[in-house]
Amino acid sequence: MSEQKANRFGFAINRSRAINYDTSDRKVREYVTLREPSFRLCFACGGCTAACTTGQHASFNLRRMNTYIRRGEIDNLREEVTRCMLCGKCLLVCPRGVNTRNVVAVTAEALRKLDRNEL
Amino acid sequence: MKEKRKHVIVAGGGVAGMEAAGSLAEMGIRVTLVEKGEDPGGHLLQWHALFPGRRPAEEVRKYLRKRIAHENINVITRTTVEKIRHHGHEVIADLSGGKQERADAVIVATGFDLFDAHRKEEYGYGIYDNVITSADLEDMFNRKKVARADGSPPSRIGFIHCVGSRDEKVNNNHCSKVCCVTAVKQAIEVRKLLPESEVFCFYMDMRMFGPYYEELYRESQEVHNVNYIRGKVSEASVNINNRLVIKVEDTLAGRPLKMELDLMVLMVGMEMSKPGTRLAEASGLNTGINRFLESADHHYGSNLSGVAGIFYAGTCTAPMNITDTISHSRAAVEETVRYLGGR
Repeated sequence: MSEQKANRFGFAINRSRAINYDTSDRKVREYVTLREPSFRLCFACGGCTAACTTGQHASFNLRRMNTYIRRGEIDNLREEVTRCMLCGKCLLVCPRGVNTRNVVAVTAEALRKLDRNEL
Repeated sequence: MKEKRKHVIVAGGGVAGMEAAGSLAEMGIRVTLVEKGEDPGGHLLQWHALFPGRRPAEEVRKYLRKRIAHENINVITRTTVEKIRHHGHEVIADLSGGKQERADAVIVATGFDLFDAHRKEEYGYGIYDNVITSADLEDMFNRKKVARADGSPPSRIGFIHCVGSRDEKVNNNHCSKVCCVTAVKQAIEVRKLLPESEVFCFYMDMRMFGPYYEELYRESQEVHNVNYIRGKVSEASVNINNRLVIKVEDTLAGRPLKMELDLMVLMVGMEMSKPGTRLAEASGLNTGINRFLESADHHYGSNLSGVAGIFYAGTCTAPMNITDTISHSRAAVEETVRYLGGR
């Protein structure tokens, strides 16, 4: 019997959907901000995502990634970050002059280090 | 002995310059109003209707024309003030064409230039037929016909906000303030002229800072069915049907979005005017990181240049709407009159 059926007449405990800013993991954010300070300049216009070739075909969204890192929501980034081809088209668009390409590279690096307990 | 009548030069005959000239003349001060164009009026000359109430721009033009129709005002057109220097208690203005004008003070009201949309090449202004600027659209309103280059009515129109503003790529980090509400106003006007059309505004933030701006934004949705998509357009191209195709991220949906348009309107922002820049450089006036004139104090001295006898009015100091320009200009007159009285 599946878990869902077993709980049909009871109360299941769902994990909170809220972003808990206080318990979130800040290590990735700190690592990225330190190594690529322009990361902080993003004002979420989405120009990078509009220009992105990968994003037209797969789930890769630098604008959203930036927000996730800032909020410490890094679990869903692990796969996404590997999809970027580092072509740098987003660099040409960004109105805030974020070194977008390096944000991706540094994020990938941070996630690798996090998994190895090196952060 | 009767005191010599005071004389003030106003550099620039747009909204700020005309208002300043009118106020000074009313107080019995002799004014020389120097305007670079054929007639005073500035950017207002090309505007059809004004936000937020969509009143005819002609009403404000009429007010300003009346304001400068005063015996104390001498208007010099097709001329710019190129340099201001001190000569004892007086200031001497070098005018284009080599003439000089002596006065007791100068009010700099050199205004702004609209951002040259050619510089955002990825939007295709000057490359694709149906990419126009907000100023071009205003001209279409004047001629009472909004149409594509081939004369056909557009069925889908897109307004692109922040063209040349808030964009490091063109060296303008500042916000031009009035383009958001201009887009809302123009979107409503397009919907009224072409009731069959669909209108979309592509924005990063909606900055409805003035009285009744937010109400106009609401009206545009409630009454006129204008659509808003939050995202910066990254580029435009043309497809085989000669329709524009734009790429943007719908940031609220979190996915890239493509859309075909018949007409694309670029909401061009404000930059420091070229004559203003020349004047500032030649006269040693401070300019800020946004290249507009930098006032002596941001809060309580925004009309003061920091140089005796030189005052600032209007959009030569920062982007402003007409209401704020007129207030700023009157404040410049007050500072000028105080200066003249204290000498």
